[in-house]
Amino acid sequence: MIEFSLAEIAQALASREISSVELTGLYLDRIARHNPQLNAFITVNAERSLAQARAADDRLARGDAQVLTGIPIAHKDIFCARDWLTTCGSKMLGNFVSPYDAAVISRFHEAGAVLLGKTNMDEFAMGSSTETSFYGPTANPWALDRVPGGSSGGSAAAVAARLAPAATGTDTGGSIRQPAALCNLSGMKPTYGVISRYGMIAFASSLDQAGPLARSAADCALLLNCMAGFDERDSTSLDRPREDFSRELTAAASSRPLAGLRIGLPEQFFGDGCSPEVMQLVEAAIAEYRNLGAETVAVSLPSMQLSVAAYYVIAPAEASSNLARFDGVRYGYRAPAYDDLTDMYCKSRAQGFGAEVKRRILIGTYVLSHGYYDAYYLQAQRIRRLIASDFAEAFRQCEVIIGPTSPSTAFRLGEKAADPVQMYLSDIYTIAVNLAGLPGISIPCGFAAGLPAGLQLIGNYFTEARLLNVAHRYQQATDWHLQCPAGHA
Amino acid sequence: MKQWEVVIGIETHVQLSTRAKIFSGSSTAFGAAPNLQANAVDIALPGVLPVLNRRAVECAIRFGLAVDGEIAAKSVFARKNYFYPDLPKGYQISQYELPVVRGGRLPVQVGEREKMIALTRAHLEEDAGKSLHEGLGQAAQGRSGIDLNRAGTPLLEIVTEPDMRSAAEAVAYARALHALVRWIGICDGNMQEGSFRCDANVSIRPAGETLFGTRREIKNLNSFRFLQQAIDYEVRWQIATIEDGGSIEQATVLFDADSGETRAMRSKEDAHDYRYFPDPDLLPLVIDRQWVAQARAELPELPAARRERLMADSGLSAYDASILTASLDLANYYEATVTAAGKENAKICANWVMVDLAARLHREDRDIGESPISAAQLGGLIARIADGTISTSMARKVFDELCSGGQASSADAIIASQGLQQISDSGALTALIDELLAANPGMVAEFRSGREKAFNALVGQVMKATRGQANPQRVSELLRQKLA
Repeated sequence: MIEFSLAEIAQALASREISSVELTGLYLDRIARHNPQLNAFITVNAERSLAQARAADDRLARGDAQVLTGIPIAHKDIFCARDWLTTCGSKMLGNFVSPYDAAVISRFHEAGAVLLGKTNMDEFAMGSSTETSFYGPTANPWALDRVPGGSSGGSAAAVAARLAPAATGTDTGGSIRQPAALCNLSGMKPTYGVISRYGMIAFASSLDQAGPLARSAADCALLLNCMAGFDERDSTSLDRPREDFSRELTAAASSRPLAGLRIGLPEQFFGDGCSPEVMQLVEAAIAEYRNLGAETVAVSLPSMQLSVAAYYVIAPAEASSNLARFDGVRYGYRAPAYDDLTDMYCKSRAQGFGAEVKRRILIGTYVLSHGYYDAYYLQAQRIRRLIASDFAEAFRQCEVIIGPTSPSTAFRLGEKAADPVQMYLSDIYTIAVNLAGLPGISIPCGFAAGLPAGLQLIGNYFTEARLLNVAHRYQQATDWHLQCPAGHA
Repeated sequence: MKQWEVVIGIETHVQLSTRAKIFSGSSTAFGAAPNLQANAVDIALPGVLPVLNRRAVECAIRFGLAVDGEIAAKSVFARKNYFYPDLPKGYQISQYELPVVRGGRLPVQVGEREKMIALTRAHLEEDAGKSLHEGLGQAAQGRSGIDLNRAGTPLLEIVTEPDMRSAAEAVAYARALHALVRWIGICDGNMQEGSFRCDANVSIRPAGETLFGTRREIKNLNSFRFLQQAIDYEVRWQIATIEDGGSIEQATVLFDADSGETRAMRSKEDAHDYRYFPDPDLLPLVIDRQWVAQARAELPELPAARRERLMADSGLSAYDASILTASLDLANYYEATVTAAGKENAKICANWVMVDLAARLHREDRDIGESPISAAQLGGLIARIADGTISTSMARKVFDELCSGGQASSADAIIASQGLQQISDSGALTALIDELLAANPGMVAEFRSGREKAFNALVGQVMKATRGQANPQRVSELLRQKLA
């Protein structure tokens, strides 16, 4: 059962082969057994999940079930869920029980899915290893002494260890795709604006986008069907006709299903900076795509080398402002002792935020300051436009861009924690996609020394369905994505 | 002694009369118990997002059109970052580099003179909540409370050029702006409740100097009287400071209404760096021509145009016209009175509205909208004065009766039921006069001996006998004839 695809689980639920209560119980048991080693979940509430499962079973019995009805889904602890502790990985929100549901949570509730638990993450999504969480690091199920990636590392570890059939994540600079790569999962960041940000605790508003983390592209498509859609509560949400993201996946299999597909290979993805063992696996995946009928063309993204620098101006700038609401006044952490208002602010924030969050608030405050704004913030926005136009140019020559997701496989816990710049560079291939607002997906493409590597596929705006199909055809021809970490089968 | 020129620019925060807040759906009604009108967005829970209320934008467009400003096709909301307990997000959503209205001007009546005040800009922003430092009860001794009901209320901040040269001009501008925003229906103008608040930037310079002096900004003046007093004090203080050999430091000051003094709140050194940047949660505000055209079509005739028309149509003086256009309600009342009384009686209508009615409203502390006499009633009364049915003194009595009698009565009904018509009929008056002359030979003799006073006494007797209803002019004529 734990190796079933979402469609297969839905089939089993529909045919009463298993009930939602049994299925939810099965996963809760697995969490109880494995979470102590993995620390993938911050909050589990069996009673509440099982109540939802019972309601789902009623719905299944009534015959008004949808595809996800009764399926337990783990949610990154960045999504506000009514009556659930919602910490965002921070001590600052260690006491915050949300009085409302995020749009993403509401959509899963409406679909009848079961909220299985809230997953660990880098504090306020700031990190690439889940090590900045106040609730301790999450271990990679493929090697417990290694990171699962981040910031959606808890979700990735949970799905990889089969503690949840699927999960949600958010991706500001690679926070879905990089943990997907490091945990052998499929994870998609859709076009900016496709999924409502309402109720998703903001890190960098102009970059943040929610998305699915699952064991296959086909599963991602089903999750995306639930998550995507216009929301008038989010002014940056896009009002587009509803789409079935699975629609291209049902085409009959053939020996050359991707004939006519032009894949762009940006020179900047294939230079130095990527470990040779990951690059070898990426090259093999590209060869597989040629077998499937695709042709490859060389493209260039000349401004991509500036993306990490631009990102580390824009994201902290927005974060410094977004995190100002955590002031100890209305909710969240307040220092137990203080002299006056200013002291209360200083102590609450000094004690409530971790080092990486403070570092980014300081950077963001600095780059927005009078006299520095033009040199940093405006300059970074210019680079952002250049990057977007680079992609636009590339997409005149190809339909999908392919390269590595992460320059390396999972690194050791603590290995990069002391060196922020090294940590930042682990998102070198993913950040440009957020800056341009494009959709991207990472899929498993093999193993190096027993550790999974990810292949990144990037499409033009609103080509999620196409991207999912291109990923799906590869997954029909390969079995990397079916591999399960030892001890979790 | 040196001559000093005063330079004043004004920033006004006008609270817009929308039902919902500018970025959330909660109500803007004044007076609810603390924090009952603050939803998840207003208290800035994690994850909430702002959504722009288009009504607030409409108010801004109306204002821009009314002052002949430029409505920006694209403007941008920016975050103004600072920490304060009544600022829930830790930033205020405002507009910075690209405001919704640019330029514009407002004609202002300073005594008999009209002056044009140029506007720099008007931008949309959200109000903060309120910090309450008293009245929280024993249990909260020494603590402050936060009321977020006001947080997110839409404001239009209207900024002038440094065009005013005296406190009187500043007050005249503030009054004209106050009248305009109420006239075009974007603000209730309630200054006690904080719907209209002025900040005055004041500096002085030697007469003839072209460079500006260093300014000090007086914050949050919520009455015209305080505006006047604060600027007067500030100007005296700045002159005294400089003449004593000191210099003016740029500062933000508060006006203390009790002492009548201004005092510095913070200097330039501790001014905030607000770290403005475009709010990534909101798209640029795009206003197309159609939206502007629609707002223009819905705009009422503006005060200046109405003044011109009253002067042309009714032959009113500029002064009378400006008084009668102090508010849209007043102007509408006046015009309805003229409609009922007849256009030829416009001048009498103006006098009645500006003198008798104004006095009564003032006495009863009422607004023109709550007038105890309708424009139709007043017009009906004025028509009877004009056609000679009743005398002016009799009309005042009818006016009082109408004011206390409710909207159902009319001047004609009161005149008829109480027999108040003026007696101008020669036959009736002649008989009465003959009777009187016969009964008062002594007075007749006095008059004949050249004492004019006796004539007035005889007129008074006739008036008394008719309980004031005799047409005094007609009585005089008839008496003169008899005594000739």
